[in-house]
Amino acid sequence: MLKVISANKALAEAVKLAKPKVVPVYPITPQTTISEYLASFVADGELKAEYIMVESEHSAISAALGASGTGVRVFTATSSQGLALMHEILFAAAGLRAPIVMGNANRALSAPLSIWNDQQDSISQRDSGWMQFFAENAQEALDFILQAYRISEDQDVLLPSMVCVDGFILTHTVEPVDIPSQEDVDKFLPPYQPTHSYLDPEHPMSIGTFTDPDYYMDARYDMEVAMEGAVDVIKKVNKEFEEVFGRKYDLVEKYKCEDAEIILVAMGSICGTIKAVVDDLRDKGEKIGLLKVIAFRPFPREDIYNAVKNAERIAVLDKNISMGIGGVLFNEIKAKMDVDASGFILGLGGRDVSPEDILKIIEKTRNPTDTHKINWIGIKEEE
Amino acid sequence: MEIPEEEFLAPGHRGCAGCGATIGVRLALKMLGKNTVAVSATGCLEVITTPYPETSWKIPWIHVAFENAGAVASGVERALKSQGKDDVTVVTFAGDGGTADIGLQSLSGAMERGHNLIYICYDNEAYMNTGVQRSGATPYGASTTTSPHGKESFGEDKPKKNIPMIMAAHGVPYVATASISYPEDFMKKVKKAKEVEGPAYIHLHQPCTTGWGFDPSQTIELGRLAVETGSWILYEIEDGEFNITYRPMQRKPVNTYLESQKRFKHLKDEEKQKIQEYVDQVCAELKI
Repeated sequence: MLKVISANKALAEAVKLAKPKVVPVYPITPQTTISEYLASFVADGELKAEYIMVESEHSAISAALGASGTGVRVFTATSSQGLALMHEILFAAAGLRAPIVMGNANRALSAPLSIWNDQQDSISQRDSGWMQFFAENAQEALDFILQAYRISEDQDVLLPSMVCVDGFILTHTVEPVDIPSQEDVDKFLPPYQPTHSYLDPEHPMSIGTFTDPDYYMDARYDMEVAMEGAVDVIKKVNKEFEEVFGRKYDLVEKYKCEDAEIILVAMGSICGTIKAVVDDLRDKGEKIGLLKVIAFRPFPREDIYNAVKNAERIAVLDKNISMGIGGVLFNEIKAKMDVDASGFILGLGGRDVSPEDILKIIEKTRNPTDTHKINWIGIKEEE
Repeated sequence: MEIPEEEFLAPGHRGCAGCGATIGVRLALKMLGKNTVAVSATGCLEVITTPYPETSWKIPWIHVAFENAGAVASGVERALKSQGKDDVTVVTFAGDGGTADIGLQSLSGAMERGHNLIYICYDNEAYMNTGVQRSGATPYGASTTTSPHGKESFGEDKPKKNIPMIMAAHGVPYVATASISYPEDFMKKVKKAKEVEGPAYIHLHQPCTTGWGFDPSQTIELGRLAVETGSWILYEIEDGEFNITYRPMQRKPVNTYLESQKRFKHLKDEEKQKIQEYVDQVCAELKI
C-alpha cells in the first residue's frame, strides 16, 4: 500500500510490522515523532507491545537490553545527544550479543547546540559493535528496519543494529512509501526464537559476568568474527527481501559507476541530491557516478573497492569529522584500499548542501591540489 | 518463622570472609525462591559472584552496568509480562553507590513507573568494590579513602543520604529498611515485597569487614550494634503507613558502635557527641 509519509512514520510502521514485544523510548528531536507514533500504535492496540516511557536514553537502551535478555524482540530509537548518552550501554548491548534494533535520527552533537542534521552522532559510535545502516529515503528506512531484525537475530551474527535516517531531511519530510502487508512481513520476519542465552527460571544462566584477562579478549574476537561474517548474512537477507518485496538492496548501491571517471561516495539522504547532479552531468556526456554506502558497519571494503577501482578519482563526502584527521568514511576508505581520493566535509549541523556544492566537489576532485587536505564545503569564510 | 532450606546463592564465591552483602542476598533469595530473575548493578556483589566461567547464582541473573540496574530491571519485568510470565519475581541488588549516587535516576524512573519489581540496596556505606571511597550513603564522621581524616578533617562531613525516604516520596506501595543482623525481620519484609503489586524498595544495612575495619567474625554483631544504638532504624512503610518493626529495649550509647570500627577510630569526643545528638534527635522523632 502506497502512503505519503515521513521517514519517522515509515520507520514506526516498520516497527509495528516487526512486532517487538518491548519498546523503551525517550523522546528527542528529531526522533520524537517515532516515540509518538509507537505510543499511539500501542494505545490503539495496533502494536501489542510493552511501551516504556523511560526517564533518559541511557535507561531506554538499558531497559531494551534487559528486555532483550529475556529473549524477546525489542526496539528503541534516539538521536544525537541521546545516542551519546547511550554510548556506554551500546558497548554492553553488543558485548552481550543482544539483537536490538534501534532507529537513529541523525543529528549534530553539541556544542554548539544544534537540532539539525549531520551524521556525527552515529559515526561516533562506530566502535561499539553495532551494525549501522544509512537510509537515503523513507522507503529505505522502513525496509532497513525489517532487514535489520533478520540480520541482527541471525545466530551467526547476534549483534545489534542501528538504522540511521537524516534528521528533518528524512525524518520530517513526506514522500510516497510502499508499506508491505503483515502477511508478507511475517513470511520474511518470523517471531524471534532465542537459542543463545536468555533469562528463564527454568534454565537459569548468568548474563553479563565479570571476566578476567583469560576470557575478555576472546569475547571481543568472537564479536569481530561475527561482524565480518555479517557481510554475507546481509547479502543473503537482501536477496530474501527482494524475493518477498521486490526491492533490491546490497551493502552499497552503485549508481552509474560502471564507466565513471569520477565517483562520489556518500551515505544517507545526500545521495538523492547527488543522483540528480549525476543525471544532469551524464546528459552532458560527463562520466560521473555515485557509490552510496548503506552499511557503514560492517564496513563493506570489497564492495566499495570493486565499485570504485576503475575510476580515475573518487570524492568521499562526510557529514562528520574526526577532529585532526577529517571525515571518517574518507579515512576508512583511504586506510583500506589503494584509491586516489579527495575528502570533503559538508552539511554539518544542517548546513544546506546544494547541487552547486556537488558540482564544486566534482571540480575539486578533478583538479586536486593536496589530497591530504580536508576540504570544507560551504564554510562562510571561504566565500 | 519457617526458613526454606533451599539455597539459590551457591558458596564458593569470592566474597571476603565475613561479607555482609552475600548474607543478605542468600536470605533474600530463600524467600523469593526459584521463580525469580535477579538484576545486579556493577559492584562487589556482581564481581564476587560471577567470575566467568563460574557463577554463584542458581537463578537467572543479569548485569549490565553500574548506574542502570533500575532500568535493566524495568526492561526485564516488562518483557516477562509481555510473555505472560507475570508469576516471575524480578529482584534487583545494587550497592549504596549504585543506588544513592550513580544509579539514583534510573532507580527513581523505575519506582515512578510502577514496575512490579523489588529493589534491594545492600548498603555498606561506601564504594567497597574499588577500595572504600565515600558514597552518598557514607555516615557522618566515617573515614574513607576519599573522605579521609587528617589534620584538617574528621572524615565524612555530611550525614547519610536518606534513600528509603526518597523512595517513599515516590509513593510506591512498599518501602522498608532492614539489617542482615535481623534476618527474620528482613525476610518477612522480602516476603511482603514479593507479594505487593508494584515497586517495592528495601534498604538493607550490611556491615563490611574490609571497609569498616573490624574482625570478620563480628559482622552480625556490628549490624546489631548499629540497630541497638539507634544508628540504623528498622521500619517499613506499607501503602504510606509508617511502622517501626524493631525497637531496642534500651538504646546503647552510639560510642559502642563507633569504637568497634576502624573507620570511626579517629573521631574526637566532640564529633562523637555530635553523632550521639544526631541519633538522639532522629530516635526522638520516631519515639525509639
